[in-house]
Amino acid sequence: MFKGKLHGVHPPHMKNTAGNRPTRMPVPPMITVPMSMNIGAPAKPVVKPGDEVKVGQLIAEAGGFMSAPIYSGVSGKVKRLDEILSSNGRFDTAIVIESDGLQTEYEGLEKPVITDQKSFVDAVRACGVIGLGGAGFPTSVKLNVDPDRVHHIIINGAECEPYITSDTRTMIDNASRIINGAQLLQKYYTADNIIIGIEDNKPECITIMKEAGRGVPGFEVAELPALYPQGGEKVLIYNTTGEIVPEGKLPIDVGCIVINCTTLAVIAKYIETGMPLVEKVITVDGSAVANPQNLIVPVGTPIKDVLDYVGLKAEPRKVLYGGPMMGISVPNLDAPVMKNTNAILAFAEKEAADPTPTACIRCGRCVAHCPFHLMPLEIERAYNERDGAALKALKVNLCMECGCCSYGCPARRPLVQINKLAKGVLNKYNAELKEAEEKKKAKEAARKEAGVNG
Amino acid sequence: MANRVVSVNPHVYAPETTTTIMRDVIIALCPAVVASVLFFGVRSLLVEAVCVIVAVLCEWGFEKICKRPVTIGDLSAVVTGLLLALNLPVTIPLWQAAFGALVAIVVVKQLFGGIGMNFANPAITARIVMLVAFGANMTHWAPAAFSGAPADAVTAATPLSIIAGINGVSAGTNTVADLPSLLDMFLGARGGSLGETSCLALLLGGVYLIARKVITWHTPVAFIGTVLVLTALLGQQPLYQVMAGGLFIGAFFMATDYTTSPPTPAGKLIFGVGCGLITVCIRVWGNYPEGVSFSILLMNILNPYICQWTRTKPFGGVKA
Ligand code: SF4
Ligand code: SF4
Repeated sequence: MFKGKLHGVHPPHMKNTAGNRPTRMPVPPMITVPMSMNIGAPAKPVVKPGDEVKVGQLIAEAGGFMSAPIYSGVSGKVKRLDEILSSNGRFDTAIVIESDGLQTEYEGLEKPVITDQKSFVDAVRACGVIGLGGAGFPTSVKLNVDPDRVHHIIINGAECEPYITSDTRTMIDNASRIINGAQLLQKYYTADNIIIGIEDNKPECITIMKEAGRGVPGFEVAELPALYPQGGEKVLIYNTTGEIVPEGKLPIDVGCIVINCTTLAVIAKYIETGMPLVEKVITVDGSAVANPQNLIVPVGTPIKDVLDYVGLKAEPRKVLYGGPMMGISVPNLDAPVMKNTNAILAFAEKEAADPTPTACIRCGRCVAHCPFHLMPLEIERAYNERDGAALKALKVNLCMECGCCSYGCPARRPLVQINKLAKGVLNKYNAELKEAEEKKKAKEAARKEAGVNG
Repeated sequence: MANRVVSVNPHVYAPETTTTIMRDVIIALCPAVVASVLFFGVRSLLVEAVCVIVAVLCEWGFEKICKRPVTIGDLSAVVTGLLLALNLPVTIPLWQAAFGALVAIVVVKQLFGGIGMNFANPAITARIVMLVAFGANMTHWAPAAFSGAPADAVTAATPLSIIAGINGVSAGTNTVADLPSLLDMFLGARGGSLGETSCLALLLGGVYLIARKVITWHTPVAFIGTVLVLTALLGQQPLYQVMAGGLFIGAFFMATDYTTSPPTPAGKLIFGVGCGLITVCIRVWGNYPEGVSFSILLMNILNPYICQWTRTKPFGGVKA
């Protein structure tokens, strides 16, 4: 069994906006709401061009079990349904809504009635929430488990990406919502403990959460070292409970549920007020941004509007959804803020320029930095040979693409990119293995049959 | 609209690059360079300059001829040249030093594909080639300044050759009384290669490299520790054995070479212990008084196997 510590790196924290209470940005004239914001099936639009909508009104229903409904973040009129190219390179439908600037609340908002675990999960589903830490996994699916299997509920307050402070602000400004959410979870899952993991570079959050959680049965604050990536799900589970999620298993298989602190606050808000997820707190920062700050914006707000509002001091040569370690670079500033967007970072030329890779010097830093003790340098060799068997042995499938290996590589090898490609090679190899096995079985079966007949 | 950079994460990097690492190694070697001038005179600088310049020129020339990208900016050729020089006696003819640098860069490094691709340490291998090719010049040891050797002496014995004499392994009439004091050994006032004699200078450099996280403690501690323990068990003046010959420069600067040693802590420990074992065997039972270079070269050859045995265990990995 694995013992010891998970590794990581120390990128500069750059939490410039931690002291900045989020303010509401003026309503954008137009929002574009993509249907594929969550992992799983896209949502299905229930409005058509010309329809009037209000804040909190359903505009798209969940497209299946692994999906989440979407509500309008503005009041106004549906302009059209667009095909947009999303940041993952796929085409997606988006609902474009022209705002009337009034932000009239939908009159049909109703607080959900919760009586048991099932109705709680239904409420979470209805609220439209997905993993807001960035993963975008529909939260109701995570919570739809047998409560007896849950031993630890872990609230993710380890906002380990540089720059981003939106979860930090949730903990500071909305601690009571997080605690209300925690109490609900405790009520319906009766876990042994409910732990919020926070890194020690956020002492204010630690103090506030300790204070707010006093008296909640089983509630604990786990102070974690500020070593990136504490917020990685498997890392957080190991560092707060000592449990190891084995390859191919889920946190629930080791008795854990991990939920991001902002996700929990959104659920609590919905249960208290009936207002589903329609807006996001985002950190806007980066070397091209004139006035870094935290903003509250409707889901669907174009990045362009956000950057115009905060002001730019340089040409934004690279713009990211999320932080610099795992963020996705966006080519087109018409792209919208999504449910799981927690930051928009804009970088000027100097930070944006891609480094030139040089030859691997086999220094071992990528191995020493990988939280999961993988060997990116060997993975690259195996990938270059398209050696599926070696990639299988090297367990590239476990890579969470956290970026630690590339971050510390003195040769600037694009290791994360290689790992992504290597996963493709491994999948193909596994598929071929399976196919070969099935063929063999079929042959054997045929032979047996022939034997019986003959 | 200006075209935007789109790339896979991460979007930030640690400040270290291959060049800054090599620069750190050069900084770490500076005390040894100073010591070489102090003990063996200004000709040391000449030998060092020749090796460095020839190494850089060879790298540049070879890459130009092969139309490969020129990598002299990464300073690795400077490191190779400097390490080779520090492993030569001060009296070495300059053309032989230049030849050594050429072998190191062209034969051992570039012909195998350049930085990161060579299986053996260039400086060590070149030194061994020179030992075979120019045996007499390579083992001609001028007396160090401050070593108490007669001022008109032209050659001096190294502590290891003295010990070999005592052991009766080599011809010699030396006695324990001929050994330099332990303090002289530590400071470097003794016969030997340019940069290997001052343990103090090498230790300073080694500690700097560990503090800068360029190397880890595993290899040097395992290497030096193994020699210390084994020679103590064999009754072989362990403190002399540890400070003598090229052990310090080998343990801190050569056995820690990234490309030719394992990347994992476990691998580094095995590598270091292996180097120590072979060094002691050669010193005690071998024909050569010194075994550090050979031990590192042998372990370089075993390195791919050590790498295979010491792969890390992935977190949460399940055996297929
Ligand atoms: S960190 Fe980069 S240079 Fe070092 S071993 Fe890994 S890939 Fe090679
Ligand atoms: S990206 Fe993958 S291989 Fe690289 S450090 Fe993270 S988990 Fe390890």
